[in-house]
Amino acid sequence: MAHSILSVTKVKIAFGDRVVIQDLSFEAHAGDCLAVIGPNGSGKTVLLKALLNLIPYEGEIRWSPEARLGYVPQKIAADRQLPLRLRDLLEAKATVLKLSGTELDQVSSEVGLTRELLDTSIGHLSGGQFQKALIAFALLGQPNVLLFDEPTASLDELTEEHVYELLHSLQRDKGMTVILVSHDLSVVYRYANMVLCLSKGKPCMGPPKDILTPAMLEELYAAPARYYRHIED
Amino acid sequence: MNLPGGHGFLLLLALFFALAAGLVGCFALLKRMVLASDVISHLALPGLGIAFLLKINPLVGGGATLFLGTLLVWQLQKKTGLTTDATIGVVFAAALAIGAAVTPREDLIEALFGELQHISLLGFILGLAATLFVVLSVFLLKDRLALSVFSPELAATIGVNVARIDLYFLLVFSLTVLVGLRFMGTLLASALIILPAATARQLTDKLSHFLLVSSITALVSVLAGFLFNALVFRLSTVGPAIVIFSALLFGLSLVRRRT
Repeated sequence: MAHSILSVTKVKIAFGDRVVIQDLSFEAHAGDCLAVIGPNGSGKTVLLKALLNLIPYEGEIRWSPEARLGYVPQKIAADRQLPLRLRDLLEAKATVLKLSGTELDQVSSEVGLTRELLDTSIGHLSGGQFQKALIAFALLGQPNVLLFDEPTASLDELTEEHVYELLHSLQRDKGMTVILVSHDLSVVYRYANMVLCLSKGKPCMGPPKDILTPAMLEELYAAPARYYRHIED
Repeated sequence: MNLPGGHGFLLLLALFFALAAGLVGCFALLKRMVLASDVISHLALPGLGIAFLLKINPLVGGGATLFLGTLLVWQLQKKTGLTTDATIGVVFAAALAIGAAVTPREDLIEALFGELQHISLLGFILGLAATLFVVLSVFLLKDRLALSVFSPELAATIGVNVARIDLYFLLVFSLTVLVGLRFMGTLLASALIILPAATARQLTDKLSHFLLVSSITALVSVLAGFLFNALVFRLSTVGPAIVIFSALLFGLSLVRRRT
């Protein structure tokens, strides 16, 4: 069995009097694709931010020493009118992390960013291109853990498919650990090997087949799970 | 000891100030602190007033309140959660009121608009060192600044200390204003930081070009301002001519963008 890359013990996250996450403990192993699911307001994004040490928390979050994190946020409050080309943005990260010049080219080709796209102002990128740009940004520095927060929110289905295929190939080919927040249960079923449910009650964790059962989902979302059923004429 | 050569050394220092202002202005514009920058320049007024009263070098007094005030603005924003415009409202009013109350009437115009005086060797060297420090700082920090403007959160995930970068930038900004006080006074010192950057923003979407065009615009504004003041305005301060020329270039950039 792969070794533990992340260990979370009795974590509590609160904003003032409002407790968002309480008594959360779980582990992730190298190479896992761990999906985090739960209703709105259950603290999925907040958990990712705590894992990235962006917000204060109580308890312990311990990454193994070899963990190098990359983060793709759900949406970014970035000013798209900034006079920045995609290349400027990626080069800025490469410079801060003192990466070699070839790494930027390598990541760009992995993600499918053409030279033309790299020279495009970030304000002129489409939703899908911008998401790819954020993935490329996350991949610079050769992370071995990727944290994805709703990576395909606001994308059309085809682009969504491309993004998940990319995510899957990164995990498969590079053995990356992926921690994925998603509302799309079919995606979770397809790609995740472990699922962490966050809800008002006790958090639960297990393989998708054990967690994504109608009874569990009804309890989690406090409503019966509905499935699309195709009716032939 | 004053340097010989009329206003030659003053012009040389003004050009270095323009270079620093053009670069700093780019990030001030991106960080949406155009109004905040106006406040920061006014923070020098109480210090200038006290220095005039005590008959010490005005830039020493102005610099002292400028840096203390900058730290105050940073702390107010960080600790109270006040928005930038609220902080501006509070600090701007207080600094202007204190400055107006303590500055001797006969020195008030100089404090507000600057004055063309011969420059001492020490003043020239310190001014030069300050502008070179600003230029170097912007070049060394430009990637961190760009990332923290793009997304403070993403910047933090790669180890950029966004709060520290903000403070450092405010201090570099204040230092630029301090050098500009001599030429522009507290009312106009920030104008040469903002106008060239606003002009450059109309003309390019590329960061390196943005920095370059802003610097060139600031340099041209200062050169033209000195020339225009010497030939036409003949004022004891060069600030108004520089700002008028800078605003003219901004107007031209709007025409260029439309075409």
